[in-house]
Amino acid sequence: MMNKQAGEEPAAAVHAHGLTVRRGTGRTPRTVIDDIAFDVPRGRITGLLGPSGCGKSTLLRAIVGTQAHVTGTLDVLGRPAGHPDLRSRIGYVTQAPSVYDDLTVRQNLDYFAAILDPGRAAAIRRADAVDRAITDVDLTSRAGALAGNLSGGQRSRVSLAVALLGTPELLVLDEPTVGLDPVLRRDLWNLFHDIAATRGATILVSSHVMDEAERCHDLLLMREGRILAQDTPDALRTRTHSATVEEGFLRLVDEARALPAQEQTR
Amino acid sequence: MNAARTAATAARVLRQLRHDPRSIALMLLVPVLMLTLLRFVFDGSPRTFDSIGASLLGIFPLITMFLVTSIATLRERTSGTLERLLAMPLGKGDLIAGYALAFGAVAVVQSLLATGLALWVLGLDVVGSPWLLLLVALLDALLGTALGLFVSAFAASEFQAVQFMPAVIFPQLLLCGLFAARATMHPVLEGISDALPMSYAVDGMTQVLTHTDMTADFVRDAVIVAACALLVLALGAATLRRRTP
Repeated sequence: MMNKQAGEEPAAAVHAHGLTVRRGTGRTPRTVIDDIAFDVPRGRITGLLGPSGCGKSTLLRAIVGTQAHVTGTLDVLGRPAGHPDLRSRIGYVTQAPSVYDDLTVRQNLDYFAAILDPGRAAAIRRADAVDRAITDVDLTSRAGALAGNLSGGQRSRVSLAVALLGTPELLVLDEPTVGLDPVLRRDLWNLFHDIAATRGATILVSSHVMDEAERCHDLLLMREGRILAQDTPDALRTRTHSATVEEGFLRLVDEARALPAQEQTR
Repeated sequence: MNAARTAATAARVLRQLRHDPRSIALMLLVPVLMLTLLRFVFDGSPRTFDSIGASLLGIFPLITMFLVTSIATLRERTSGTLERLLAMPLGKGDLIAGYALAFGAVAVVQSLLATGLALWVLGLDVVGSPWLLLLVALLDALLGTALGLFVSAFAASEFQAVQFMPAVIFPQLLLCGLFAARATMHPVLEGISDALPMSYAVDGMTQVLTHTDMTADFVRDAVIVAACALLVLALGAATLRRRTP
């Protein structure tokens, strides 16, 4: 599973070992993430890919530190996930845009910027950060519009802009390009590459659309709460003798299906 | 706790409200209209208007702030902004104090309008200082904010949150001494009424109504309401979880 040099390298932005997450408040919580191990290398774009409901969002929530009932080892930027020091070092975009609909784009960003970098002394720095974040997501012309009046794609870009405030070392993006048109999707991927290259940030981005895999440096393929593979897109295609990542993913799924069947008959 | 983050949160809540002028109008005008209505309902018995009117000056801010806060915090929970904020370096106390400050400010304006109108237009006859009326109104507003914040944790939808209003507020309204003096109630109910914070809010208002200066009873009532508000705010803070299942 972990065939690259990923191993126990302390330089990894995220290091997980024996990670299990149970969800549900009832008497029988479901195991959503089942004893997985992986590393997210620093300064690169890692794509977390898998079908809907495979546990991607839960894993991202665990990394950000908002998920309860997490067991095993999960270190983020050298600290256990959820450590208070991490709160200003991680930018997190939830799947549904989490912004205030009854505030304008700029007012939303102003508020979150004030939480990250409070105080009157930081006012100028904050204004710059807000301007840059609005420019980054290409919403300058809509800065004065109420978030609730924006289109779905624009609202998710406001949500992304909030995560870009405060130059986070790790960006955790949960399906940020869902529902966006192709041009915008390309622009956002260019932005992600730009952020990784010029700001040295680590980006962990989830998607259930396999063609986005080709745009990532590294891939974590996930299915039913387990990591199927961790590899670069090229290495994955070569290893599975496939033309695309999607094909490779399907091959791995078929292999994984065959294995437990053998185990069960034993 | 961080004062700048608290202030930023309060400013944000007020900014949200500013984009919703109809809500502001309802919050400010409904108490005024109800008091006017009451004045003419008791046209023939101004004494009754005095006692009920003074009590209502304390009850309005409590109910309004309860409703507004429970919906506002519920929205914060369901829209994902709460999760985002708690993943940021924001203290739970900052968030709660921000809400309390913002809605407290609205409550001050609401109470100024309602008290001013009651005293100088509708002829509400109060022996004590109007400032004391305002103080109790403000404490009541805080209590309403605190209760709203707390119950929003148990509501999964706005539909449920609104239902908490009759569940939490109505029993207090019936037992607070507005409809019948608390001493004349069935002993069991009197005991329950002794345990409910709104009873002290109304008692405090009655003290101002009938005494020229600040009585010991008034101070006790005000302290109890304030302490209840703080207690429930702390309980509300405990319902904000950084990690959720």
